[in-house]
Amino acid sequence: MRAHAQLIFWAVLVAALALLPPVVGVLHEPFYVELVRRVMIFAIAAASLNLILGYGGLVSFGHAAYLGIGGYAVGILSFYGMNSGWLQWPVAIGASALVALAIGAVSIRASGMYFIMITLAFTQMLYYLGISIEEFGGDDGMRIKTRSQFSGLIDLADPVASYYLVLVLMFGTIYLVHRIARSRFGMVLRAAKSNEARSRAIGFSPYSYRLCAFTIAGALCGLAGALLANHTAYITPDFMHWTRSGEIMFMVILGGVASSAGPLLGALVLLVFETLLAGWTEHWQVILGPLLVLSVIFFRTGLAGIIPGAGDE
Amino acid sequence: MNDMLLEVRGLSKSFGALRACDGIDFDVREGETHAVIGPNGAGKTTFISQLSGDLRPDQGSIRFAGQDVTPLRAPARAKKGFARSFQITSIYREFTALDNVALAIQAHAGHSFRFWKPARSEPALRDPARQYLDGVGLGERANALAANLSHGEQRQLEVAMALATKPRLLLLDEPVAGMGTEESQRMVTLLDSLKGRQTMILVEHDMDAVFSLADRISVLVYGRIIATGAPLDIRANTEVRQAYLGEDS
Ligand SMILES: Nc1ncnc2c1ncn2[C@@H]1O[C@H](COP(=O)(O)OP(=O)(O)O)[C@@H](O)[C@H]1O
Ligand SMILES: [Mg+2]
Repeated sequence: MRAHAQLIFWAVLVAALALLPPVVGVLHEPFYVELVRRVMIFAIAAASLNLILGYGGLVSFGHAAYLGIGGYAVGILSFYGMNSGWLQWPVAIGASALVALAIGAVSIRASGMYFIMITLAFTQMLYYLGISIEEFGGDDGMRIKTRSQFSGLIDLADPVASYYLVLVLMFGTIYLVHRIARSRFGMVLRAAKSNEARSRAIGFSPYSYRLCAFTIAGALCGLAGALLANHTAYITPDFMHWTRSGEIMFMVILGGVASSAGPLLGALVLLVFETLLAGWTEHWQVILGPLLVLSVIFFRTGLAGIIPGAGDE
Repeated sequence: MNDMLLEVRGLSKSFGALRACDGIDFDVREGETHAVIGPNGAGKTTFISQLSGDLRPDQGSIRFAGQDVTPLRAPARAKKGFARSFQITSIYREFTALDNVALAIQAHAGHSFRFWKPARSEPALRDPARQYLDGVGLGERANALAANLSHGEQRQLEVAMALATKPRLLLLDEPVAGMGTEESQRMVTLLDSLKGRQTMILVEHDMDAVFSLADRISVLVYGRIIATGAPLDIRANTEVRQAYLGEDS
């Protein structure tokens, strides 16, 4: 029964997202392709954060750092005339993984509030670094003249082609996180969140598993950063602004922590609401903020917990 | 001396001015059930936590199977063969009973940097876990959420997890505390069935349980061991009666 509902939920989700471009094409509303592509890029970022926040209990308030590193990797290489995506994307992912490894190594032993503050502080450092480097546009950011090239296999300047690439990568990421969460590795991660003293007493050292998860999450979010840079054809330090980190965190919590569908649902609802409210009033943040807080208080399970078939297990 | 599994010398731990453990010398023989009794606040839990590696002693040494394990932290000691239950039950409440024990099996089945195969469908983890659950009488509750088990069942689950690590030394901190008579009887029967096969340190207030299970008893008062001996000797020891048993009789 439960498995049945899950199957239907995911089938509807995949079909709806796959059919969106032809449908809005007929309606001459290309704007929605852009919007949903952006939603799916943020769903990748949120899914990566869900691995450490949802399953690992590591409340990282600096996850936008990897959006920035992934984005700047693409932008800087392109600035120097290296436009190959085969180079840019692995660099985006690898650099994000390395930075996550370094930040994680310093922050993971700290607990609770300190962990939140340290991850936030590191991301702020990267943000100010982005502002201070005039060569790459400083405060204003930098336009990317040529999007990532993949030997002519796919043209990322084509909104529909890049939409489908993002769609495949997003479902790939969601599935990857789903598998990891249920593997031996994921069980150690979740167990340490549930009861660290018990984990240590039976022989697990949570630190190395958490650090590894933190690095994987950084790498996956670096991919989202590379996609975002190609999506906007523009990079700016705002990729790494702390409010961006907060948004990704809200997506995870609103969608439902430690659920596979949660990050996508959270990204969808948050970004669609943002867009609707922004079209309606300048002061949309004043309305959205309290709505988010209320939703977190009243749906503790998140959207995945109230939509049939969206929950796990 | 060589049949000693555990040799503790001069173990001391203070919290501020309070000397919770004050120069404890303590041995456990292979196969022995060694009970530790003493009034509330005597330092029993503090002692157990230093053995398990959860607390670092200020002074003293812990030798285990001929090796100095004093510098090792809890996970490393678990790998060496220590397992414990906590005075306040410590289990994975959001997981099923079977998951709990399977995690304990997994902790001793090599590293867990395995990212793809679903752990819940690995017979190498689930099958032995099921056996340990059966062993403590929780076989029928395998798929129940640990949080939904009764207090007594949760304590049984914790013992099953400890046993699933195949410990050389089992540390039990008040395993029957807070249980009804029927539940506590079941736990005592379980511990009795382990006796002889499993080396244990048993911290307990229930004197009936202690005198029926222990091979030797040590009495801890204000952080010091004031007597160690066979149950009958401890019963007869006047100092012990005054300091501790006197309250009971
Ligand atoms: N973490 C701690 N910080 C400060 N004092 C503690 C701590 N743990 C225990 N104590 C104190 O140390 C003494 C021994 O405690 P404990 O080992 O729990 O005793 P027992 O288990 O024999 O009841 C008590 O007075 C207790 O209040
Ligand atoms: Mg105690």
